[in-house]
Amino acid sequence: MICENWIRFILIQNRAGKTRLAKWYMQFDDDEKQKLIEEVHAVVTVRDAKHTNFVEVFICGLTCYTLFPLQFRNFKIIYRRYAGLYFCICVDVTDNNLAYLEAIHNFVEVLNEYFHNVCELDLVFNFYKVYTVVDEMFLAGEIRETSQTKVLKQLLMLQSLE
Amino acid sequence: LQINPLTMRLQEMIRVIRSARTQGEERGIIQRECADIRSQFRQGDNGERSHSLAKLLYVHMLGYPAHFGQMECVRLIASPRYSEKRIGYLGAMMLLDENQDASLLITNSIKNDLSHSSQYVQSLALCTLACMGSAEMCRDLAPEIERLLRASHSYIKKKATLCAVHIIRKVPELAELFTPSARTLLSEKNHGVLHGAVVLITELCERNPDTLVQFRKAVPELVQIMKGLVTSSYSPEHNVAGISDPFLQVRILRLLRILGHNNDTASDAMNDLLAQVATNTDSSKTAGSAVLYETVLTIMDINSESGLRVLAVNILGRFLLNNDRNIRYISMTSLQKIVQTDHNAVQRHRGTIVDCLKDQDTSVKRRALELSLALVSAVNIRSMMKELLIFLSVCPPELRSQTASGIFNAAERYSPSKRWHIDTILHVLTTAGGDVRDETVPNLIQLITTASELHCYTVHKLYRALIKDIAQQSLVQVACWCIGEYGDLLLKGECEEIEPVQVTEDDILDALETVLQSHMSSPATRGFALTATMKLSTRITDNVDRIRSIVSIYGSCIDLELQQRAVEYNALFKKYDHMRAAVLERMPVMDKNSPGHTNGDTSGEIKEPDTSKPKPVEAGLLSEPASQKHCCVYVHVVPTVSVYEKNGLSLKIQCDKQTETEVTVTLIASNSTQNDITNFTLQAAVPKVCNHSIFKLGSVFAHTNSRYSFQQPY
Repeated sequence: MICENWIRFILIQNRAGKTRLAKWYMQFDDDEKQKLIEEVHAVVTVRDAKHTNFVEVFICGLTCYTLFPLQFRNFKIIYRRYAGLYFCICVDVTDNNLAYLEAIHNFVEVLNEYFHNVCELDLVFNFYKVYTVVDEMFLAGEIRETSQTKVLKQLLMLQSLE
Repeated sequence: LQINPLTMRLQEMIRVIRSARTQGEERGIIQRECADIRSQFRQGDNGERSHSLAKLLYVHMLGYPAHFGQMECVRLIASPRYSEKRIGYLGAMMLLDENQDASLLITNSIKNDLSHSSQYVQSLALCTLACMGSAEMCRDLAPEIERLLRASHSYIKKKATLCAVHIIRKVPELAELFTPSARTLLSEKNHGVLHGAVVLITELCERNPDTLVQFRKAVPELVQIMKGLVTSSYSPEHNVAGISDPFLQVRILRLLRILGHNNDTASDAMNDLLAQVATNTDSSKTAGSAVLYETVLTIMDINSESGLRVLAVNILGRFLLNNDRNIRYISMTSLQKIVQTDHNAVQRHRGTIVDCLKDQDTSVKRRALELSLALVSAVNIRSMMKELLIFLSVCPPELRSQTASGIFNAAERYSPSKRWHIDTILHVLTTAGGDVRDETVPNLIQLITTASELHCYTVHKLYRALIKDIAQQSLVQVACWCIGEYGDLLLKGECEEIEPVQVTEDDILDALETVLQSHMSSPATRGFALTATMKLSTRITDNVDRIRSIVSIYGSCIDLELQQRAVEYNALFKKYDHMRAAVLERMPVMDKNSPGHTNGDTSGEIKEPDTSKPKPVEAGLLSEPASQKHCCVYVHVVPTVSVYEKNGLSLKIQCDKQTETEVTVTLIASNSTQNDITNFTLQAAVPKVCNHSIFKLGSVFAHTNSRYSFQQPY
């Protein structure tokens, strides 16, 4: 009964399809990554307030170099839109949607605190810092630290080292 | 934020790239920058190189190739300075994956950094390993990770546990290495470490049933931790909307689910806790609902008492009434999984589910549709069908065919009466005739033939539908067939269940001719209409000449199928007029699976024999009947006999589908010449003691290199 409940990737995209962050927790080729980015963009940008925050996607021909071949598998994108940015998390269909929805919000709130009212340009000009935030809160496809205060404390520590 | 002069250059580059007005301009800028970066890599010092790498990473994020930076990552990771290491590791995570050779080169650096004096350096190494560590790297470094799990600061422990999860996913055999330390981690107070520990234990249990048995002993401990979270007063650090660390609660619940599955002792131990969480968690915000949802999933998957299960279904029912569409959606997803096992409990929420058919999100509608169809029963069929038919008329196009099939299945299983069944099918055909499957037409025809008391009603209803609209092909086909078959009843005018309307012979023929001539009618539909017109020649009295003229006009139709039929019907009028009544008489009730039943194009086709090339069926296939009353057919078992082979035409006869009173004889004709064979006809002669049913033949136009089979039930 091997459960495939972990995050496959996290994406931050804007409405035009520009990627502001792409964190992959599964092995993909560069072509596959590009294809996934485009598919996610196509799927979430057509949705609005009268849709749910979950989309099931059927990704064909994905080869995965881990031990579990995942071709022709059903995944879910859980996303949330903040101004012009879409924060998307790709998980397995059997995962708890609401928990990841909360995780996205948690992450955004940390970004907001860290960058003092974050906007898209902050994420652009400080992209490497955004990765640091992600790595503090998620690891190996799992949620790592959920306490916002703790994360912010660590981030300030790390910043002082630079 | 301090402004480092070298960081300024990075930001400056970003600004310049963003100012490009066209794709071409951007590419030019990128090319220049990459050339600059390359020269920095060759000769700059470490500080400059790390910022060049940062620039390269930005360029990579825009989608441009960046593999020439891979070796830089390796070099920078080995630097003693934190800021350089950090960029090096970030680069490794973004540019290297297990397929690149360069990734192996950093194994040693990671190993060293895992024992670095600074926990932040250790953390970088752990993070990178957990992100892109290959199986080989994992094997090399697993003992280090295990050490860190036991003896380090909680900041490191958190990362080490999840790194261990990654290692186990890559190299499952290493699981046993981490099992002992995982157990002790459960007594940690730090939420982050606890969370990681629960994830690690979950992974271990899923992979090894023995480990799972071992960890069942930890159920009381897990229950205690959960209790602490649920009942504790406000804890500011991990609080989300009034719920204490909902993420940890969700993970513990999931672990409990795995441990309690199929095990009574473990399930009992968590029973009270689950009831407590289910009743005390505030679901006004998403965080609380997330915990409740996971609780429901756990209750349904372990051996819980029935009271607890009812509680879980009720939570799902409450979710259905929630304003948040997300919550309604996941509730239905879960209800669908349990609708078979807990049918009655789910039935109680049928009303709300049916209301969700009106939601604006198509995925919610789809869930509601699937659930509604699963909830249809003999008791609620009438009211449910009303709702489903309304839904069919307004639902989005991608759901129409699923709805139509669902309605047909439900009608087939639970129809309160034949008339209701026929009405329902007609309703579907009128609303969504284009989205039904092909078998619908013959299925409906078969149903109609069995309801002999309703023939009058049915033909009236279909006639009225036909004169209103001839666009829905399936409806038109059934209507034509009925009119052809029961036209006499239509003319009578009265029918108990429908208001009487006077229909004249001309009216009927007008309707059929409209179908024949309309550009909306498909070739198959026109075939139905022509045959129906022909059949009416024995059911009406005054207008037979009109039929004769219609038939003769189509004798020169461009459509070959129609032409063929018309020519044959013409012959039926002229040379074989004495046989016409017999050939066109009322059809017998059809069996659901009789051979001529399928294939909408050719059902009801009647073929009359032509004297040009008679092919008699061999009398030897049928022998004497056993009694006069029942025609018992004892058939010599002759699988396939070749009866004619000449001039490229070969004929074989095959017997199959025997029942006690009936055998089906199939004639298979093959044309292996270069030319078409025309005027191919079949004449069957049988001994008087055998009855034969009316032929059903396909098109008699044998194309080159093709085979046709004609079936004749005896």
